Amino acid sequence: MPTIKFTYALKRFFPGLQDTSAGGANLTDVFGEMETHYPGVRSYILDEQGSLRKHVNIFIDGVMIKDRTTLSDPFPEHCEIYIMQALSGG
Amino acid sequence: MQPTILLGTRKGLIAYHSNGRRWEVENLSFEGQPVSIAYADPRNGTWWACLDHGHWGVKLHRSADRGASWEELPAPAYPEGEEVKDGIPAATRYIWSMAHGGTRYGSKIWLGTDPGGLFMSEDGGNNFRLVESLWQHPTRKTGWFGGGRDQPGIHSILVDPRNEDHIYIGISCAGVFETLDGGSSWAIRNKGMRAEWLPNPDAEVGHDPHILVAAPADPDILWQQNHVGIFRSTNGAQTWEEVSQTEGPARFGFAIAVAEDDPHQAWVAPADSDMVRTAIKGALCICRTDDGGKHWKECRKGLPQENCFDIVYRHALATSGDALAFGTTTGNLFFSPDRGDSWQTLNNYLPMIYSVQFAG
Repeated sequence: MPTIKFTYALKRFFPGLQDTSAGGANLTDVFGEMETHYPGVRSYILDEQGSLRKHVNIFIDGVMIKDRTTLSDPFPEHCEIYIMQALSGG
Repeated sequence: MQPTILLGTRKGLIAYHSNGRRWEVENLSFEGQPVSIAYADPRNGTWWACLDHGHWGVKLHRSADRGASWEELPAPAYPEGEEVKDGIPAATRYIWSMAHGGTRYGSKIWLGTDPGGLFMSEDGGNNFRLVESLWQHPTRKTGWFGGGRDQPGIHSILVDPRNEDHIYIGISCAGVFETLDGGSSWAIRNKGMRAEWLPNPDAEVGHDPHILVAAPADPDILWQQNHVGIFRSTNGAQTWEEVSQTEGPARFGFAIAVAEDDPHQAWVAPADSDMVRTAIKGALCICRTDDGGKHWKECRKGLPQENCFDIVYRHALATSGDALAFGTTTGNLFFSPDRGDSWQTLNNYLPMIYSVQFAG
C-alpha cells in the first residue's frame, strides 16, 4: 500500500498530519481515503472538480505526475506519494 | 461612526478599533494569508474571512468572538461538470464579494465569486449553493469575460433593505444585473454605460462596473465607479448617467462610497487612467460630490502629495456617519472624521489592502 507524505506547509491547517498509508485504484481513491483520516484535506489539494490545484505538485517515487486534471497517473503497490507545494507566491 | 475598521489584506485580516481618541489594532488573524474580503455581518456581529490561499485554494472562515477564534466552513463549490466556457471547468478561484440577505431572511448570505457564480446560503453560511438562474443566464458563456481578473467575477451584491428579494449585482465584465424575485430571474441593467473595448460600446453585456453601491437613504439611487468613468442612476438602474469630470481627477478609479444620510453625496478615489494605474501626478486625493455628481471637490488635506503610487481597490473605501476610511495598494490606511475634509494616517506599513469595512 502506498505511503502518502505531505509538505510541512499543510500542517498549519492540519496539525495532526503525518505519513499515512492509503490505497486505491487511482490517486482520486487515495485522496478519498485521506479525507476520512483528515476531513477537509482533499479541498486543500484538489479543487471541486477533482483537479490538482495550480500550485500543488504530486510526486510518485520522486516523479511528478503528468495528469493534473483527472489524476490518472498509475502507481505501484508499494510507493511513496509526496504532496508538495510549488515554489510560488510572494 | 461605527468604532471598528475591518481590513482584508494581502497578508491577513486586521481589525482596528477606536476608543474615541485613538485607533488601535484589536485583532490580526490569518497572518501571511491573503484575505480577499473581510466582512462583518451587521445582523449578528459575525466576522467572515474569505481566504485566497495561493496554494490551497479559496477558504471561508467565520468568527463569533471578533477574531479570537475561527471556524472553517465549506467554501462555495461549483457542481461537478459546470464550465466557465465550453471545455473550461468551473472551480471557485476567488471570493470577491459578500453580503447578508437582510433582516427578513436572517440566515441568508450571498457570495460573489470568480469565475462568475453567485452563491447563497440559507443556513447562516454552513452551506452555500450556486444560484443556477444566474449561472444559466443566456449571456454568460458568450458575453461575460474577465476584467481585473482572468475570468468573470461578481464584486458587488446590493440587497435592497426595503425588499430583500430585490438585489443588484455587479460583474466584471458583464455589467449590472437585477433580480426582483430573490434570484430566480435576472434582468440586465446596463443602459447608459459604455464598453469601449467592444466593437459595439452599447452592447447589452460586456460592461465593466468596477464597483456598485446603493444610497442607504434612497436605495433607488445607485452609484458606480466604472472602468470608463463614474456613473449614477436615479431610477433603480433602469438607466445610467455619467457624472465624471471632463477635466479633473474624478474619472478613472476603482472605489466609490455614498453617504449614509445623503444619496447625492459620494466619494471616489481617482487613479491615473487604465494605462498607468497609479496616484495622479504622484499625489493622493479623494474626490467628493455633494450634488449628485455635478461638481467634485478634491480632498487632499493630510494625504501624501508627492512621490506617491497608491491606488485604492474597489472594496477599500468605506464610510460611516461623518467618517471615511480607505486602504491602498501600498499598505497605507487613512481615516477622515469629517467627510474627507481632512485625513489622518492610521498606518503606512500594512500589506496591500483589499477591503475596508466599518463595523460595530
